[in-house]
Amino acid sequence: MSQHDHGAQPVILPPTEAWGVLRSLLNPITYLKFVKEHPILSIIFVAGLVVTVNRFLIGGLAGTTHLDNNNPWGIWISFDLLCGVALAAGGYTTTAAALIFNIKGFRTAVKPAILTAFLGYSFVVYALLYDVGQPWRLPYPVFVSPGTSSVLFEVGLCVMLYVTVLAIEWLPNFTDWVGMKKISHLIHKATIALTIMGIVLSTMHQSSLGMLYLIAPSKLHPLWYSPQLPLQFFVSSMVAGMSMVIFEGTISHHYLHSRMSPEYNRDHDGVLFGFAKACSIILFGYFFMKWVPIAGENKWAYLTDGKFAVMWWVEMFGFVALPCLLYAVGYRNKSTGIIKAAAAISVLGIVVNRFNVSWFAFNIQLRPGQHYFPSVQEVIVSVFVVTLIILCFRFISKYMAIFSDHPAYKDHH
Amino acid sequence: MKRRNFLGLAGAATATVTATALTGNAKASGHSFEGYPNSYGVLFDASRCIGCRQCEMGCNKINSENKSEAKPWINLPAKDASVFATPPAEDTVRTDSTMFTLVNKFEPQALGGKSPVYKKFQCMHCKEPACASACFVKAFTKTPEGAVTYNGSVCVGCRYCMVACPWSVPTYQFDKLIPYVKKCHMCHPYITSGKAQVPGCVGACPMEALVWGKREDLVKQAWERIGAVPGKYLPHVYGEHEMGGTNWLYISHVPFAQIGLAEDLGETPAPELTSGALGLVPLVACLWPVLLGGIWQITKWKDRKAGEATQQAVAEAVALERAKAGK
Repeated sequence: MSQHDHGAQPVILPPTEAWGVLRSLLNPITYLKFVKEHPILSIIFVAGLVVTVNRFLIGGLAGTTHLDNNNPWGIWISFDLLCGVALAAGGYTTTAAALIFNIKGFRTAVKPAILTAFLGYSFVVYALLYDVGQPWRLPYPVFVSPGTSSVLFEVGLCVMLYVTVLAIEWLPNFTDWVGMKKISHLIHKATIALTIMGIVLSTMHQSSLGMLYLIAPSKLHPLWYSPQLPLQFFVSSMVAGMSMVIFEGTISHHYLHSRMSPEYNRDHDGVLFGFAKACSIILFGYFFMKWVPIAGENKWAYLTDGKFAVMWWVEMFGFVALPCLLYAVGYRNKSTGIIKAAAAISVLGIVVNRFNVSWFAFNIQLRPGQHYFPSVQEVIVSVFVVTLIILCFRFISKYMAIFSDHPAYKDHH
Repeated sequence: MKRRNFLGLAGAATATVTATALTGNAKASGHSFEGYPNSYGVLFDASRCIGCRQCEMGCNKINSENKSEAKPWINLPAKDASVFATPPAEDTVRTDSTMFTLVNKFEPQALGGKSPVYKKFQCMHCKEPACASACFVKAFTKTPEGAVTYNGSVCVGCRYCMVACPWSVPTYQFDKLIPYVKKCHMCHPYITSGKAQVPGCVGACPMEALVWGKREDLVKQAWERIGAVPGKYLPHVYGEHEMGGTNWLYISHVPFAQIGLAEDLGETPAPELTSGALGLVPLVACLWPVLLGGIWQITKWKDRKAGEATQQAVAEAVALERAKAGK
């Protein structure tokens, strides 16, 4: 177990001062101070805003992206949607472990995981506004003309419902902070119902993101195309979620240590070891799961066939087998360092897998000159969105009781 | 605790009902749709096409005159003509959002790589279209007359249709601030309103390389042509079975892959590729809440039992100690 100081209870402002903090967000001086303190983040913001104006008012999709008729989906789908949703899976994995499986010592990890998931999904939806041609029509699939035979409809509906569930799950953090305890109490009573809905919706849309590609067997390379793609996406999302919880827990520890309660710090390593073991087992299963379609559909010949074969082997051994082994070793030796390395590799591995399916090994029928590469502006939007998530996370955990219990709940312990 | 219980079940039930209601028509059942009877289509004969591109002009003419679907051309688009003049061996130029169709020149290996063969490209009008099954706002319709039409008034612009289409037919107005998908509608609006008897391209073809008719008749006619001059055509009607069959059919004297028509698409209609997996979704929505609710109850019960056992053990130990002390 870690030797470091477990610290004191973090300070949570009383509700009367909370509104003052919110009011300061309306004050331009707050932002001038921000610019002075964080010049690099400010540059990202300005760049993001410039591209935003260009995307919606001046250049449109052609003026901001490298998308074309052969490559209708770019990194706003590959990264912001596919990776964003997978990496926000910590919400359902952590709540399942803590509240459904009732594993001791996981409860303190629930609030940070829900916050991450809530912000992750909210900004997935935000990023989609840039990608779709007519973003003001985003409610159409659910409310105007539901195309129920579409996989994308399933994804859209689930994501919409899940964002709502996450917003409700997250809301008590806010209502506690500003002193609306009644709302918090009401929501707490529905905890299990919300948790189960969250897991059900996550199972459905995590797998459906893989299902999206089933309709294009001639475009996706056979090493990745398989009727089992939905299952693979779902299983890998569990690893993505738990690895992300470990990964960002490490970063939070560095930057937000003063916001963490002794209870959170006491439990932290336990969560880390628990998730490490789970990830190791799931990655082990996932590794073999990826072989099933190769054997079942007799795709052995592709494994020695050029650059796609190399990509496949790198993904399988560098980003599945390696983190699986590291997690196992880290768990056995109780080494947080090895586990954190495994988490970082797993997070990267999810990005590699989703990029392979939706980008590198997709549209293989095109000739070399026709392939897609993102524009600078597309990358700026993605960086901008990630920055927004980090800043929102920092702001919320700076003021609200994310890594601690709210003082109002002292009596419950 | 009872109330929690109830809320848990209520939540589970809501999720289940929502999910089943909304994914209800995604059936995992077997395939039985044979296509609309008496639907119309077009037969293209690569051996007859001379690459005059009058079909492109005819298409543009009817579509720019009606409903301003396209800007009128005076000459054929120049960028296409330049590719025509110096053709990179297998290069496939494709339609963009300013056109519904175009003709490409190929110099297939089958003819020694020197003689040109031309192919017209446009929407294939699948019997069971990938775009229509992929669209989450039902913007695409397979009409009983054969055409696959697009209704822009609900289109969000997700472009999943473009990802789904095996021939990458739908195009998008990336340069517009309020963009729409564009694709050939086989002149469905003009034929149903009586403005035209045949699609614009078919009417403009001077070589009868394009023939308009009922799909069933066209398939028959295609096989008759193949049988009439043995050895001239390849014994295959492209589109008869590809992706479940299309209303636009091709016959050719050179392999289809050499004139830019993918031959590895298979015969499974696109909707079937996802319907099986989609059919499992309601199952998850039904099964998961029950399983998870059960696990939750069991873990809670086990914790309570463990707590009770501990309490009892402590009580017994205390009683024992007290009894000892009492002695």
